[in-house]
Amino acid sequence: MTKMSGAKALIESLERQNVDTIFGILGGAVLPIYDHLCKSKIRHILCRHEQGAAHAADGYARASGKAGVCMATSGPGATNLVTGIANAYMDSAPIIALTGQVPSTGVNSSYIIGRDAFQEADIIGITTAITKHNFQLRGAAEIPKCIKTAFYIATTGRPGPVLIDMPKNAQTEIAEMDFSEEIQIRGYKPTSNPHPLQIRKAAEMLAEAENPVILAGGGVITSDASPELFQLAELLMSPVATSFMGKGSFPENHPLSLGSIGMHGNPVANKLLCEADVMLAVGTRFSDRSTGRLDNFCAPAKKIHIDIDTAEIAKNVDVEIPIVADAKKALKALNERLAKQLKKKNGSTWTKRVKEAKDQLNPQTKSASKNLKPKALLQKLRKLLPENAIATTEVGQNQMWAALYFNALKPRTFISSGGLGTMGFGFPAAIGAKVACPERPVVDIAGDGSFRMTEQELGTSVMEDIPVIVIVLNNSVLGMVAQWQRMFFKGRYSAVKLGSVPDFVKLAEAYGAQGLRARDLFEFSKAVKIALKSDVTTVIDVPISMEEDVVPMVPPGCGINEQIGDY
Amino acid sequence: MENRKTKVIAALVENKPGVLHSVSNMFRRRGFNIESITVGRIEQEDLSRMTITVKGDEKTLEQVVKQMSKLIEVVKVSQLEPENIVTRELALIKVNVPDNKSRSDVINCVDVFRGRVVDVSPEALTIEITGTPDKIDAFLNLMRTYGIMELARTGLTALARGVRSIRIEE
Repeated sequence: MTKMSGAKALIESLERQNVDTIFGILGGAVLPIYDHLCKSKIRHILCRHEQGAAHAADGYARASGKAGVCMATSGPGATNLVTGIANAYMDSAPIIALTGQVPSTGVNSSYIIGRDAFQEADIIGITTAITKHNFQLRGAAEIPKCIKTAFYIATTGRPGPVLIDMPKNAQTEIAEMDFSEEIQIRGYKPTSNPHPLQIRKAAEMLAEAENPVILAGGGVITSDASPELFQLAELLMSPVATSFMGKGSFPENHPLSLGSIGMHGNPVANKLLCEADVMLAVGTRFSDRSTGRLDNFCAPAKKIHIDIDTAEIAKNVDVEIPIVADAKKALKALNERLAKQLKKKNGSTWTKRVKEAKDQLNPQTKSASKNLKPKALLQKLRKLLPENAIATTEVGQNQMWAALYFNALKPRTFISSGGLGTMGFGFPAAIGAKVACPERPVVDIAGDGSFRMTEQELGTSVMEDIPVIVIVLNNSVLGMVAQWQRMFFKGRYSAVKLGSVPDFVKLAEAYGAQGLRARDLFEFSKAVKIALKSDVTTVIDVPISMEEDVVPMVPPGCGINEQIGDY
Repeated sequence: MENRKTKVIAALVENKPGVLHSVSNMFRRRGFNIESITVGRIEQEDLSRMTITVKGDEKTLEQVVKQMSKLIEVVKVSQLEPENIVTRELALIKVNVPDNKSRSDVINCVDVFRGRVVDVSPEALTIEITGTPDKIDAFLNLMRTYGIMELARTGLTALARGVRSIRIEE
């Protein structure tokens, strides 16, 4: 037991959790913490907007598998984090959000919680529905236990954001601190081991399947279950489709890979999923963008669903065999069981069918056109980047083109806002990912509309020396909604044209970053090569046509087997 | 709609500020409707018991229980089987009794329903009645003819019959 202030105990608790970086912006209600933070070995990255700080923590978390930490002051600082917290919640990313709060007690009775004090916002009330859990400190002595609990909750089970609201008096108060106290949470005991009986039933169903298919979601990445997934796919000779969030869980250049499913899924994935007789879904929540119309979703297949979150079982899709467990443990158990039962399968009619469908639906076309098409550009980008490079995306057409044409080869190398669809996510997430993996190239596949939403983080990346690459597919419109207006509103454009400002090359330069423009594939390759060697952030502006659609597409209200447009 | 049933959910929750908010907020956000909710401390320290009645089909009710168990402050949740529980609700009813005739009629009804008169004034009687919600509904129907001036119902609370309980081991 040692006596110290709450602020000091907070920093010490974070150090004990091996936190190396905090993304944040300070303000009046967190000053005592920042006064200790500057003496700590924890690196603080001063962001330019709290939303950027939250997304950066998210990108850091998804690239590293560790919890990402962001901090903001009370009131507007805290509310600016909200979008980032909601984003992390939807995509099950472990982030810890620390917010300052006006004092809960004090000599000045008009400056306390509940009196509408300056920069007071009820961030606990606001974030209850978008955090896995949140706390408000009642005193300094709670801090060591509270931080331990927060990290434990954020990173175990189905991960998610945890917010800790810290009234200023809890930061300055001196108390006896006990850092060794064990935590006990009686209302939180995540299941992780699969039930052996369910594993046996699932193994039997898979062994008897003629046309099995595996649908891998983000949970496979979260639980680092890619090696087990790989083993199972090869053992069963089963093709693997992923959800959008599962991109990277299985190498997309593997012969058994079908790519991602969904509204803008790969046609092979959407088609073959509906031809399967048994589907093993693992670590996925069957979101509407993945499944399309539910009554058409893989109706003939018998389904096995592995998920660590009981509430995901039968939430959207009813299944024959539910397995509530950690994906890695469940897949491992399945592999062990099946390895005894099965000899490694060789080519069957199903694997022939997979190959034939891929040849037919994903033709290897060589584009002769010098015109910059997103497909050619993203396929080129894949070739220019090393396998372990990290790609983040913004939201909209850029993201769906990336889903279709940018092959993710390793887990944690494709980071995107899937559930919330947050424009402005990609760039700060790239900064966070680069901090987590400084030795690897990090590229934000961006659209101009999204990039504009958090472009001020150029200041962060330059001043904090975090070089990333931003590729702006620039059509000067809010492209995805423009596409919907073309397809479903008879081409009536309403409020989608952004115009040609700013000049992204000049914008980059204004921030001290490098700005390049690429008008064709050759210039694009050259620009990416320059950017990869640069020690400063590079923005590559790539003008594309505003009429370019993302196809293929499953129109809203249709089944995933009713896709329109060619790959 | 025909398979929408009223179900009783019992939960043990941490007795801490904000817990009721996170539970009710989850119901609101997921579009589940609370028919009634009662909360009170129990014999185990730091725990409260919530009894929530919800209307919905099987699938919805299963989601309610699962989503509730996900809340960190919720220590235990269980769906009580309607045929195997004891349920009670308490109501306080202020009834208009302007004359002796109506006063004695109302008191007779109170006796039949095994309620109690807990306050008397020249124009009104305040009645306490405990029972299943059906019984209280029936009593209220009778009282409507005299004129209900004010009504407070606690909402339903319930325990499983026999030795079964949702108590947690400490």
